[in-house]
Amino acid sequence: MQVTLTVNGDEVTREIEPRMLLVHFLRETLSLTGTHWGCDTSNCGACTVLMDGEPVKSCTVLAAMAGGHEVRTIEGLERAGELDPVQQGFIEEHGLQCGFCTPGMVMTARALLDRNPDPTEEEIREAISGQICRCTGYVNIVKAVRWAAEHPAGAAATAASAS
Amino acid sequence: MATAEQPVLGYGRMKRKEDPRFVRGKGRYVDDVSLPGMLHGAVLRSPLAHARILSIDTSAALQHPKVHAVITGRDLEAQKLAWAPTLSADVQAVLALDKVCFQGQEVAFVVADDHYSARDALELIDVEYEPLPAVVDPRKALDPDAPVIREDIEGKSDNHIFDWEAGDRDATDAVFERAEVVVAQDMIYPRIHPAPMETCGCVADFDAVEGKLTLWCTTQAPHAHRTLYALVAGLPEHKIRVISPDIGGGFGNKVGIYPGYVCSVVTSIVTGRPVKWMEDRTENLTSTAFARDYVMRGEIAATRDGKIQAVRVRVLADHGAFNATAQPSKYPAGFFHIFTGSYDLEAAHCRVTGVYTNKAPGGVAYRCSFRVTEAAYAIERMVDVLADELGVDPAELRMRNLIRPEQFPYRSKTGWVYDSGDYEPALRMALEMAGYDRLREEQGERRERGELMGIGVSFFTETVGAGPRRDMDIVGLGMADGADLRVHPTGKAVLGISVQTQGQGHETTFAQIVAEELGIPAEDVQVVHGDTDETPFGLGTYGSRSTPVSGAAAAVVARKVREKARLIAAAMLEASPADLEWEKGRWYVKGDPEQGKTIQEIAMGAHGTVELPEGVEGGLEAQTVYNPSNLTFPFGAYVCVVDVDPGTGQVKVRRFVAVDDCGTRINPMIVEGQIHGGLAEGVGIALMELIAFDEDGNCLNGSFMDYLIPTAKEVPNFELGATVTPSPHHPIGAKGVGESPTVGSPPAIVNAVIDALEPFGVRHVDMPLTPARVWAAMQGHTEPPA
Ligand code: FES
Ligand code: FES
Repeated sequence: MQVTLTVNGDEVTREIEPRMLLVHFLRETLSLTGTHWGCDTSNCGACTVLMDGEPVKSCTVLAAMAGGHEVRTIEGLERAGELDPVQQGFIEEHGLQCGFCTPGMVMTARALLDRNPDPTEEEIREAISGQICRCTGYVNIVKAVRWAAEHPAGAAATAASAS
Repeated sequence: MATAEQPVLGYGRMKRKEDPRFVRGKGRYVDDVSLPGMLHGAVLRSPLAHARILSIDTSAALQHPKVHAVITGRDLEAQKLAWAPTLSADVQAVLALDKVCFQGQEVAFVVADDHYSARDALELIDVEYEPLPAVVDPRKALDPDAPVIREDIEGKSDNHIFDWEAGDRDATDAVFERAEVVVAQDMIYPRIHPAPMETCGCVADFDAVEGKLTLWCTTQAPHAHRTLYALVAGLPEHKIRVISPDIGGGFGNKVGIYPGYVCSVVTSIVTGRPVKWMEDRTENLTSTAFARDYVMRGEIAATRDGKIQAVRVRVLADHGAFNATAQPSKYPAGFFHIFTGSYDLEAAHCRVTGVYTNKAPGGVAYRCSFRVTEAAYAIERMVDVLADELGVDPAELRMRNLIRPEQFPYRSKTGWVYDSGDYEPALRMALEMAGYDRLREEQGERRERGELMGIGVSFFTETVGAGPRRDMDIVGLGMADGADLRVHPTGKAVLGISVQTQGQGHETTFAQIVAEELGIPAEDVQVVHGDTDETPFGLGTYGSRSTPVSGAAAAVVARKVREKARLIAAAMLEASPADLEWEKGRWYVKGDPEQGKTIQEIAMGAHGTVELPEGVEGGLEAQTVYNPSNLTFPFGAYVCVVDVDPGTGQVKVRRFVAVDDCGTRINPMIVEGQIHGGLAEGVGIALMELIAFDEDGNCLNGSFMDYLIPTAKEVPNFELGATVTPSPHHPIGAKGVGESPTVGSPPAIVNAVIDALEPFGVRHVDMPLTPARVWAAMQGHTEPPA
C-alpha cells in the first residue's frame, strides 16, 4: 500500500507493507536511524517521536496510521544549525551516557516543554516515566530538561551572556 | 558551536566529546549499519526447557520466496561449528543438535530479504520435540534422580560443574567453634539481567574475494572476539575485523559471543551477502547473559562486644544449561572471595558449587567485577544480621570492624592485597551527609505513629581492573591492554585504545588523560576505539577495567611520548636532556624557563628538519601494553532511607547517600554520572528485577512488561560524596568506579527495608523486595510468593 506523511517538514510518499511499524518506516525506509527501538512491548520509549506535536511510541504506530500526519524525529529538532535547548541541556547537564534512550527522551521533553514551559522536577519525572534509561539514573536527565526550561533560547543565549 | 569555555588541559569537569552526535540522533549503533544487499537473520528458539529434538523440517521455510538460507545444527556440525567454546572452559551449542536444554535455546537460523520475512519463515520450520523433565531449582540439581542435562559431555552422570574453595577452612572452623556469637543467614541473589537499552546484534560481511570478514557487533571486547573467531572458526586473524561502533549500554551483557553472531557469520559466508541479526527484547532477556543466581548461606562469628572474627559462606551457583560465565579469572566463582569485605578478620572461608540447570546460560558480571556484587551483598547482609543479634547499631558495628588505614596494603584472609584505603572517613562522611542520628530519631517518632521507615547502611570494597596475570586467564589471552599515541606535526594527537565505551565516555576521559600528561587541550586528542583494524590489542571493557588497565596504558604511553619529546626538545634547544624540566605542555632549560619548547613545537620539529640526536627516530609517537601489577580496590559507604507502605508493602526509596572512593577522578562529571546510573540499577535489583521460571522451566520475565526496570518515578535524587585515596600502583592513582554503585547499593536498600520491618521481627527477605514479598514477610511468611 501507499502512504503519504510529513516527516520533519518534508512530505514523503512510499510503498509499504500494511503491517510495517512506524519505527521501521523511519529507520529503514527513510534511513532516519536516530529513532531507536528497544523493546517488544511499548515499555521503553526509545522509539518516541512526535506525531502532530504529541509524543508517540513509534513501535506502537503502524506507518499506515501515520498517513496524513506530521511526524517529527530527533533529526528534525536542530534548527538552522542551532541545537534545540533540550538537546543542549542534555550536553550541559550530562543527561546521556550511551545515548540510546536519548532521542526518545529529548522528543518527550520537547513535547513537555511545548505544553508546560516551566515544569517542576515532579512533572518532568512524570513526563518521562514512559521511557527507560539504563545508564543515567535519570537525575541528570531531569536537570537537562530544567536547563532547557531555563534557557529557552538554547546555547546561543548562553554564549551571548558568557561573552 | 562557539564555546566560551577554557580548553581542558587535563582532569576536571569537561563536557563529553561524544554528546554532539548522540543528541542529534547521529550515533552509529549496530542496527544503524545498512549495507548494499544486506540480508536479515532470525533465530528459531526452543519453546521447551528440556527436550529431545526428534526432527527438524526446514523445507517449507526454504520455499518462502524471500528466504535465502536456513541453517540448523546439522549444517553447522559439518563445518565443526555446532558447538562453540564458552568463556569458562565449557562448550555451548550454537544451534541445538539432539536436544534443547533451556527455553529460548537456538535451534535454527533463517536469512531473508527483510526482517519481517525472516520472522515469517520461522513459523514455517517444523520441529518435533520429545519433552524431558526439567531441572529448574539449583537446590535440586544434584539430587540423585535429577535428569542429566549435559548428555553431550562424555561420561557426565550428574549436573555438577565445579567445587571451589578459598580461605582457610580449618582456621575458620576453629574460630567459629570458640566464638561467643554466631549467626547464620540464608539468602538468594536472584537471577537478573543487565538488559541494556540496545539489545545484542551484529552485521556480518564476508568478502569472498579478499577472504575478509568484517563484523559490526555489539561487543564490549572487540579484540577478544576477533581472536576467538580466529581460534574457533579457523579464520586467519588478520582477515577478521571486528567493529564495535556506538554501543547502547552493555553492563556485562555484551561480553560473550552469542550463537546469533556465529550464525550471521556462517550465513554471510554461505550467501555471499552481508547478514544482520538483532535480538528482540524477549530474546535478550531469555537467552543472552543472565547475571547472579547465587544461593548463599553466610555465617559470621563475633565476640559479644561486636568484634567480627570470621566469616564462612557456602554458595550454590546456578550456571544454567552451559557454563558460559563470562569471567576472566582463574577462579570458577570469579572474585567471590572478596566476601570478607571491608573488615579485618581472623579467618574466612568459602565454598562454591556450580551446577547446571535447564535455564539460559550466562552468569555474567552485570555491572560488576565477576561475583564481587554477590560477595558484597553476602557480607553486608550478614553484618546487619549480626547487628540485629547483638542489638548494636549497624553503622557503629561497621565502624568498629573496618580495616584501619595503617593496615594497607592489606592482605585479606582469602589472599587479596587491598592496594589502599581509608575507610572510616568515608563512612563518617556518609553518615553525616545523611544526618544519621537525626534519621534514627525520626524513625523512632514515625514508629510511634505506626509508620515504617528504614535506614540501611552498607560499606563495600570491590576488586576491579582485571588484572594481573597471576589471577587471570581467558582462553590463554591474559588481561593486558595496549595503547598507541601519535602526535601529528601540528601537535594534535590520536590515541588508539583497546577498550570500548558503551556510554562511559572514553572519547572524553581518555583524551583528558593524554591532556594531563602532555599538557595539550583534551579537544586536541582524538580517541580511536572499537575497531580492531585501527586499535591495539586488549581485552575490552567490563569489570570496571577501562580506567584501571586501559587508562593506565594511556597515561604510560603519553609519558613515553613526553620522554621522547624531551630528547627532541634537547636537540632543538642544544641542551642536554638531563638539563630539561617539564611543566605542563613544555620542556624548558633548568634555571632558564624562557628557553623552552612546547609539545606543539617539538611535534613539528620531530617530524621536520630538526637534527635528531643519535638513536632517536623522527616523529612523535609511542606504543605500550599495560599489564596491571595488582587489581584496584575502590570502596564506598552508602546510606539509604526507605518508607514502606504498611498496607501494601510497597517500598519507596526516599533518600540515597553515596560516598565513593575510586581514587583519582579524571572527570568528576562522568564519575558522578556513572554512580547515578549504577545506583538506579541497584534500586532495580533490590526492588524490581528478577528472571524467574515456572517448574517446567518457562521463563516468566521475558519482556519489559514483566522484567521491571526503574523509571524516573522509582529513583530518588541521589546525594553523592567523595573521598580520594589514590591507588598506589596505578600510574594516575585511579581505581575505576562504574560498578561500585551496583555493588554497594542493593545491600544498603535491603538493609533499609529490613530495618523498616523490625517491628515485625523480620530479619531477612530475598530480593527483589516487591510489595508482595514485603507484605508476605510482614504477615510472617518466610517463603516469598512466586
Ligand atoms: S521500542 Fe520500546 S517502546 Fe517502542
Ligand atoms: S543513556 Fe544509555 S539508556 Fe539512557
